[in-house]
Amino acid sequence: MKREDKKTESRFFSRRDVLKGAFYGLASLAIPIGSADASVWDAFFQKHFREMNKDEVGAVIDRLEKEYYKKFGKKFDIKTTEAIPGTLFGYGLDLSRCIGCRRCVYACVRENNQSRDPQIHWITVLRFKQGKKWVNDLEEAEKYYYPGEVPEEGYFYMPVQCQQCENPPCVKVCPTQATWKEPDGIVVVDYNWCIGCRYCMAACPYGARRFNWGEPRIAREELNTNVHYLGNRPRYKGVVEKCTFCIQRTRGNPGRYPACVEICPVGARKFGNLLDPKSEIRYIIENKRVFRLKEDLNTQPKFFYFFAT
Amino acid sequence: MFFLNPFINFFRVLKQVVKGGTWYYAWIGFLSFFILIGVAAYLKQLNHGLIETAMRDQVSWGFYIANFTFLVGVAAAAVYLVVPAYVYNFKPIKEVVLFGELLAATAIIMCVLFIMVDLGRPERVWHILPVIGKMHFPASLLAWDVLVLNGYLAINLFIPFYGLYKLAHGKEYNMQIIKPLIIISIPWAISIHTVTAFLYNGLPSRPFWNAAVLAPRFIASALCSGPALMLIIFQLVRKIYKLDIENKAIFKIAELIAYAMAVNLFLFMAEFFKEFYSNSIHLAPMKYLYFGLHGHYNLVPWMWASLFFNLTAFVLFLLPKTREHFFSLNLACVLVIAGVYIEKGMGLVVPGFIPGTLGEIYEYSPTMVERTITVGIWALGALIYTIFLKFMIPIYKGELRFVSRVKEQPDQT
Repeated sequence: MKREDKKTESRFFSRRDVLKGAFYGLASLAIPIGSADASVWDAFFQKHFREMNKDEVGAVIDRLEKEYYKKFGKKFDIKTTEAIPGTLFGYGLDLSRCIGCRRCVYACVRENNQSRDPQIHWITVLRFKQGKKWVNDLEEAEKYYYPGEVPEEGYFYMPVQCQQCENPPCVKVCPTQATWKEPDGIVVVDYNWCIGCRYCMAACPYGARRFNWGEPRIAREELNTNVHYLGNRPRYKGVVEKCTFCIQRTRGNPGRYPACVEICPVGARKFGNLLDPKSEIRYIIENKRVFRLKEDLNTQPKFFYFFAT
Repeated sequence: MFFLNPFINFFRVLKQVVKGGTWYYAWIGFLSFFILIGVAAYLKQLNHGLIETAMRDQVSWGFYIANFTFLVGVAAAAVYLVVPAYVYNFKPIKEVVLFGELLAATAIIMCVLFIMVDLGRPERVWHILPVIGKMHFPASLLAWDVLVLNGYLAINLFIPFYGLYKLAHGKEYNMQIIKPLIIISIPWAISIHTVTAFLYNGLPSRPFWNAAVLAPRFIASALCSGPALMLIIFQLVRKIYKLDIENKAIFKIAELIAYAMAVNLFLFMAEFFKEFYSNSIHLAPMKYLYFGLHGHYNLVPWMWASLFFNLTAFVLFLLPKTREHFFSLNLACVLVIAGVYIEKGMGLVVPGFIPGTLGEIYEYSPTMVERTITVGIWALGALIYTIFLKFMIPIYKGELRFVSRVKEQPDQT
């Protein structure tokens, strides 16, 4: 794989490259006059997700399912389940339990159809040396650690993902309203409306947003076909994506835990409804030592770090 | 056959643009070459995605946005000529205002192109527009930028085009139409750079940008680089087109650059002091720029060079002796342009992302594709400006006239 990249790199502009570029470039931009494939038109003129009525959403889902079938040869089930009234999702992460194994990272990748090449991870696990600076000053944080075994003596870990802020700076700055906060508190992206300006990535204080710098690639057999329009459906080149608390699972009936909560081998990850006084997440907030990342920025995350032991 | 006149006039302009000497064709050919390889590089980027650039999730904006920011400054600086020309009626500058306005319009066109090549989905750019798209106004500063930049472009195209259209018909332009536009163009010029500064400034996640001094510094540095670029252009125009531009105008503008640079350096000092004396964790980006951070020094030589350029140019512009000597004057212009290009370009955009919000340091340096596209856009800008001047100067000098609708034009032969 590496070698191939090198080859194309060394021939800066091969004629084939330029012609191919011209063809795809124009094909993606130009109007397909006389083309029988009307779906290119429909995709181009697709309205903002929140401005479509039920029929229009249905038509878009049909078209997308067809597109995905054509592209991946697999039947996708794209849901558009709305927020359940009376829910506001919150997340708890027990730092005293986390062992830094990164199972959550890869469970998330599989569940949410993140690109494998180039690699995209929604969860970043940071490693800190015990006794060193952390929380506010992340200068000593290590993102790239490769131990033979975890947990390691003398280190502790802090996974970071989208904090689902109540006051999300990314939503505020988006020039096209392609990202917004849903009634259940989840910040979502419409991958068909995002123009890829990446202003949200500059605004996010938690490094939670990912951009599809290249064409996302996933092996056919690894695709999760059980998807949500605002969540884990396959993405496009040139758009931003992020953690959605596994919207396709958590809004289900019966609902399921996010993949990262389910996989965690030490039970460090908790999830629940903040509006339900009897929920586990409420118990944690009311009874444990809880903090949120970068409180000074007043983003009001719904992601609570805590120490259970 | 009055209805034919616009076509005849169009062909007169076209003829004027197409016909030129050897040097003119050589210059057009030179620019076209870079535009073409820029287009080729862009098609490659369009095909493979922005992975062709060196930008990544850690440093998600780079060379394109850096050039955009610098050019907004160049565009804003047209006001520097407009104020003395129209408000104080300073005759020598008034005559060259036209070139400033055209430069502003060209710079905005280049700004729009730099944004377009930075987009992941350029075909969806209409989503940002009001009515047909879903513009996030007033919350998103990028929405504001779309409004002010396009408004500024319209003003700076309308004034020279209207004025020259009248002139081409052998008439005086109507001050009643021009004056209000000129008056609003002054705060509007300030606004384009303020909004662009606020675009960065409003992000508390990036401490380097989240400093109140950012917008004033933007304006101050823009008032250095923009006029410096114009001074060089005036001298070229004067030489090539045998146009009468007074030395007095040039020296006056040079003097104004010295004052703007004084303010810029002062504001820089204020920022430098605040960061280093407080020595808080938000010092990291500044430290990265001027001294390196954890063994990463990519921008350090550039930043010191920029500071050295700015200081030298300040002295050269300030002293009447060096200011009124064309060698030192032009040297100072080049130094200011280079100094501000570094400071307001890469020196502004990159440290916003280094260190990243989770403490990661990803050293960014543009790829060949990014550099080629950038050169292509600069070449296109130069081409647009060249074509503007090619047909506007003869109109301005009275050598090119349009066929008039009205017959009673005695001097029309």
